[in-house]
Amino acid sequence: MARRKLAIVNEKIAETIIRVCGWISSLTILLMVVFLFKEGAGLFSSKQVEDGYVLAVNKSNKVDHLGVENIKDIFDMEITNWKEVGGEDMDIIVFRFTDITNYVSAEQLGADFENLPQCIDSVLAANAGMIAFFPETYMPENFSGKRIDGDNITLSSFFAGTEWFPTATPAPIFGILPLFLATILVSLAAIIMAVPLALSVAIYMAELASPKVRKILKPTIELLAGIPSVVYGFFGLVVFVPMVQKAFDLPVGETALAGAIILAIMALPTIITVSEDAMRSVPRSMKEASLALGATHWQTIWKVIMPYASSGIIAAIVMGVGRAIGETMAVLMVTGNSAVIPDSLLTPVRTIPATIAAELGEAPVGGAHYQALFMLGCILFVITLLISLAANKIQSKKK
Amino acid sequence: MNVKVLIATLALGIMSTAAYAQKVKGSDTVLPLAQKEAEVFMKKNSDAMVTVTGGGSGVGIAALESNNTDIAMASRKIKIDEQLKIKSSGKTLVEQVIAWDALAVIINPDNKVSQLTREQLEGIFTGKITNWKEVGGDDMKIVVYSRETSSGTYEFFKESILKNKNYMANILSMPATGAIVQSVSQTKGAIGYIGVAYLNDQVKALKVSYDGGKNYVAPSYETAKDKSYPVVRPLYFYYLKENAAVKPFINFVMSAEGQAIVKEIGYIDVTK
Repeated sequence: MARRKLAIVNEKIAETIIRVCGWISSLTILLMVVFLFKEGAGLFSSKQVEDGYVLAVNKSNKVDHLGVENIKDIFDMEITNWKEVGGEDMDIIVFRFTDITNYVSAEQLGADFENLPQCIDSVLAANAGMIAFFPETYMPENFSGKRIDGDNITLSSFFAGTEWFPTATPAPIFGILPLFLATILVSLAAIIMAVPLALSVAIYMAELASPKVRKILKPTIELLAGIPSVVYGFFGLVVFVPMVQKAFDLPVGETALAGAIILAIMALPTIITVSEDAMRSVPRSMKEASLALGATHWQTIWKVIMPYASSGIIAAIVMGVGRAIGETMAVLMVTGNSAVIPDSLLTPVRTIPATIAAELGEAPVGGAHYQALFMLGCILFVITLLISLAANKIQSKKK
Repeated sequence: MNVKVLIATLALGIMSTAAYAQKVKGSDTVLPLAQKEAEVFMKKNSDAMVTVTGGGSGVGIAALESNNTDIAMASRKIKIDEQLKIKSSGKTLVEQVIAWDALAVIINPDNKVSQLTREQLEGIFTGKITNWKEVGGDDMKIVVYSRETSSGTYEFFKESILKNKNYMANILSMPATGAIVQSVSQTKGAIGYIGVAYLNDQVKALKVSYDGGKNYVAPSYETAKDKSYPVVRPLYFYYLKENAAVKPFINFVMSAEGQAIVKEIGYIDVTK
């Protein structure tokens, strides 16, 4: 009797532990998602112009607002006249605060630069066509210029922007379209390459290979999944990149195609093992019934085994897509990472995970760049969420 | 009994080293140097404990703000907003240049171009010049490699060569110096930039002119040391004045012995 009671108590304890584990892990995941979105959402209340700096023009200037692209072009000296951005016909003079020594002497600035704010003010007042960029700490009292850095980063400039210049000064440009399209392009190409190959291997292993061959093949393929992605990346850089370059006679081999090939290889083991398991779980009676009815082996595979295993196969493909979209290191090393909208598989591209990995380390914590990278993380999260939801839907329909 | 004694000594040992423990965190460029310095420093002072970790200049400075490190390593100058954050917590920041690093502009060894002016380099990296024949080479498209935006090297090259203009949008950015060397060595029309310490036979270093083509200087330890080679940047240690415990290590790095290590690692020492 006592022993039975003890067993019940033990069971209760075990149950509670398992329940707590489940709750804790769900809660952790939820908290991570909340954290991700919380860090990212701050982006749209940050200013366009870099934190801690002022962008100002002479008060007689008619221009009140400048888009980030315009600011960049002005400071890159691509735009040199105010009329190009809606002002008067007047040359633009670009002024960074380190240029101050070109306008005033060292004596005027003072030994500890104590006169710097006044000097900035007078230089700006004296040049009607000037646009000045200086730290907020040197903001003059009774500033006579006109600040034009009031605009916030907008949703449309982030989601529909076509340029990614996260460290441009005075105003960084966060347009994620090139990154988003590159991620989709590379993953899609990888999956298109990987799926037929992986399914053939899975069919071969499940149905055609002798047990002996299978015994060698299966662990070998599973080993592929265990190779660190950075090794794949380096392999790709040294082997596939020159290969792509020679095959298509390109000036540069670091392309979306090289990334897609590497990703396809990396997605193979996942798709093969999961779909092979699904095919092998088809009941023997189904196969035998098909063969007994006079169907050939191939017909049995195509008409009986594949449909029966289809939900498993779709799960395998989704896992492969997930692997491809989130893969970072290997892609970072072989795609060339230039943030332009890809027009073919043979151009260098920059994917979202590669961008996050490469840039987060040096982005000032809490700044606009940092928030933009978290926002990219949110987007990646939403993409994978949508894919797995879609997969669930397809699977439940099949049943 | 013995076990107790052992535990007691261990605990004592940990406590006594903790008193001198300090953390150094930040730039991956400075990392190999700081590691070597820490290694030698700890050998000389058996009671000292210096832990060096990388992560990037931004990470190091953020850790300094939040008191998670004693020294921040940086391959770029601290930014104004980062400075303000430290100031607002009422602490005084100290900046120490511990070494110099020269950047070499590299091309494929098969390329016959051997020297470029700063203006030509600016044109190439901003996308105005796109073919090698415009700068005296063969008719071949220029493939421009850069470091990632996060790297201090990227920022410095932009400041020094591009005069703060932005790189062109379709530049190829590589995650590491090794990847740039590899890519430049296997791409005929390539150009890129790396620290002088990473130069090898697979790539060719260009002579650079900062005076419009009058004098071209090849990058080397000597030319960087006497400042005749123009593309040289400082590497920093940042720490808080209030934190006196870091002084012995900083002093060691700046000593003749510490600076000899700088040279050994491949950077340029700050001693005159």
